[in-house]
Amino acid sequence: MKHLLATDGLDPAFATAVLDTAEELKHTLLGREVRKLPTLRGRTVITLFYENSTRTRVSFEIAGKWMSADVINVSASSSSVNKGESLRDTALTLAAAGADCVIIRHPASGAAQRLSGWLAEAGTAVVNAGDGTHEHPTQALLDAATLRERLGSFEGRRIGIVGDVLHSRVARSNIHLLSALGAEVVLVAPPTLLPAGVESLPVTVSHELDAELPALDAVMMLRVQAERMHGGFFPSAREYSIAYGLNERRMKLLPEHAVVLHPGPMLRGMEIASAVADSPASAITEQVRNGVHVRMAVLYHLLASEGAAA
Amino acid sequence: MTTVLIKGARPYGEGDPVDVLVEDGVITDIGSLDVPDDAEVIEAGGQVLLPGFVDLHTHLREPGREDTETIATGSAAAALGGYTAVFAMANTDPVADNAVIVDHVWRRGQEAGLVDVHPVGAVTVGLKGEKLAELGTMAKSEARVKVFSDDGLCVADPLLMRRALEYSTALGVVIAQHAEEPRLTVGAQAHEGEQAARLGYTGWPASAEESIVARDCLLAEHANARLHVCHVSTSGTADILKWAKDRGTKVSAEVTPHHLLLTDERLATYDPVNKVNPPLRTESDAEKLRAALAEGVIDCVATDHAPHAVQDKDCEWSSARPGMLGLQTALSIVVETMVRTGLLDWRGVARVMSERPAEIGNLTDHGRPIEVGEPANLTLVDPDAEWTVRGAEFASIAANTPYEGMRLPGVVTATLLRGRITAREGKIAQ
Ligand SMILES: [Zn+2]
Repeated sequence: MKHLLATDGLDPAFATAVLDTAEELKHTLLGREVRKLPTLRGRTVITLFYENSTRTRVSFEIAGKWMSADVINVSASSSSVNKGESLRDTALTLAAAGADCVIIRHPASGAAQRLSGWLAEAGTAVVNAGDGTHEHPTQALLDAATLRERLGSFEGRRIGIVGDVLHSRVARSNIHLLSALGAEVVLVAPPTLLPAGVESLPVTVSHELDAELPALDAVMMLRVQAERMHGGFFPSAREYSIAYGLNERRMKLLPEHAVVLHPGPMLRGMEIASAVADSPASAITEQVRNGVHVRMAVLYHLLASEGAAA
Repeated sequence: MTTVLIKGARPYGEGDPVDVLVEDGVITDIGSLDVPDDAEVIEAGGQVLLPGFVDLHTHLREPGREDTETIATGSAAAALGGYTAVFAMANTDPVADNAVIVDHVWRRGQEAGLVDVHPVGAVTVGLKGEKLAELGTMAKSEARVKVFSDDGLCVADPLLMRRALEYSTALGVVIAQHAEEPRLTVGAQAHEGEQAARLGYTGWPASAEESIVARDCLLAEHANARLHVCHVSTSGTADILKWAKDRGTKVSAEVTPHHLLLTDERLATYDPVNKVNPPLRTESDAEKLRAALAEGVIDCVATDHAPHAVQDKDCEWSSARPGMLGLQTALSIVVETMVRTGLLDWRGVARVMSERPAEIGNLTDHGRPIEVGEPANLTLVDPDAEWTVRGAEFASIAANTPYEGMRLPGVVTATLLRGRITAREGKIAQ
């Protein structure tokens, strides 16, 4: 295992190992005053972000630092990107400068995969931190960690993913990971927000949230970007909220044990009612916390175990 | 007087080998012939002799992007691929939307002297889709423009397309449409379907092509004009073409070699060498296109030869320019998909690669039968030989071929333009 590019085709044994490591790390670090492990001392990790995402970048940065790696943040605004340098040239520069791992966020689907090809000779690991509308595998892993904590296991569990599946890399990564781990995935969205060919994915599809809720062990709300609202994907924010928003009435349709997730940032009121987001069923803050441990685990499995073998 | 004797060739792959004598650009004798004095002899050894290929859809990049292809290098690629005439698309920089540019392209083609380079004129000024270009002036210029197209872009405005079709009837030319409803392909990166769903690419739906083709067939019928549909890529378009042809619409269509062979399974490589517009479709589309070509619903093969610089291809998918090289691999892909599968015999290959494209492009001296008195635009093919594709060895400046490293059947061993050998044994003849 050299890179983490996607959950599509990811070995479930590797995914489980990451979840186990994340859980161990969480317990190890719990209540510690100095949350620093020496595991990746001397390793250089670069976050290369072509899109703004404070939450994801910070999560990776903290993960790297808690493992004692040297973490360098490169963002599109400060790098030569704005001067028109190609992704390929940037990648080769980073590799030449000695990066052991590049964590990339990029607006182009497949960018992380391309990067891994260009960096193959340098032996630099690549972690996909979100590529276009393709995948965001560490988000899926942290969602899985959160769900496993709450639900115990995935076997026979039914998980609803609600909202803009078409443009969501989070949805794609979750679909593959959760089904590989043994859960059933139900997509609930208007037809305009589902990709053509969705039936080829390991999911069932529904347009009726109320009908699905009673049978769901977890419901994962997706972010609806403002530009979609004006892009004619649905008539109005109001109608979307009526049909697909997770309000307090809908919350009561869920089983008692059900978990509510949201990758953030949330549009309170429209996608999810505040009372729901702040309810005990909501695992939204745990998602953020688990994000750090999962990313530590990913870096560990990509970098530390390889170092041990060498 | 130049004299060439092709010894022991089988015209259209049929019958016993015969000798074909070419004098001063014309076939003067066919049979069992003695070698005349100072004749250049091509020992064909039973290889297949075909009329020289004609490509209705080539991007030669000159003027504007001579770093990726020039009229000279593109002509060389064409000759090596067995072509004797190519139509150079208008989306150059500056655009070929006036007599000055088309005449320039025509003359540069003549200077290169390896194939007849017929410039395609733009339908609209600057390919902007707003105002008709001076079609008549270009049609009557030195270049005698016969085909007009905004290729790369669709003439999307239905009224403008109607006017272009109507106006073209007075000139006896054809309007070639790149069928893509732009409102349905905003941000499109790949065929809308299972692969795009999985890989997170914005989809280019089949209906964006089909809706324009259906519309244009109706407009062409209304205007009694000649419409040519560029690079058909979907099964539904083949159905629409059949429907329109049955009604008597004057519509013709081309398919590219890559749409006959490659599918959107290739997207999983993330390698933009596979990015092309219209995009690679599904296996069932490709299967339907092969059948439609065999049946004549799709008239011909056109390469959509599209050279690109390394930096425009070796990048992330969404930044990459669409297009792939085609001139030097077209015959082999046709052999692979159409001949080896039994869908076409060699007479069929002559029809789809030479005769029909010449007719559609209003050429009277190409795509002619291999008979005494006919112009000697000829291609000799070794049907049994195989070769390995190496983009770097192509005559094109660019090397963006999706077939890199593949072993392909069918080798062009000689090309003759008006009786003069332009390519022989994989090399440009001096
Ligand atoms: Zn085109």
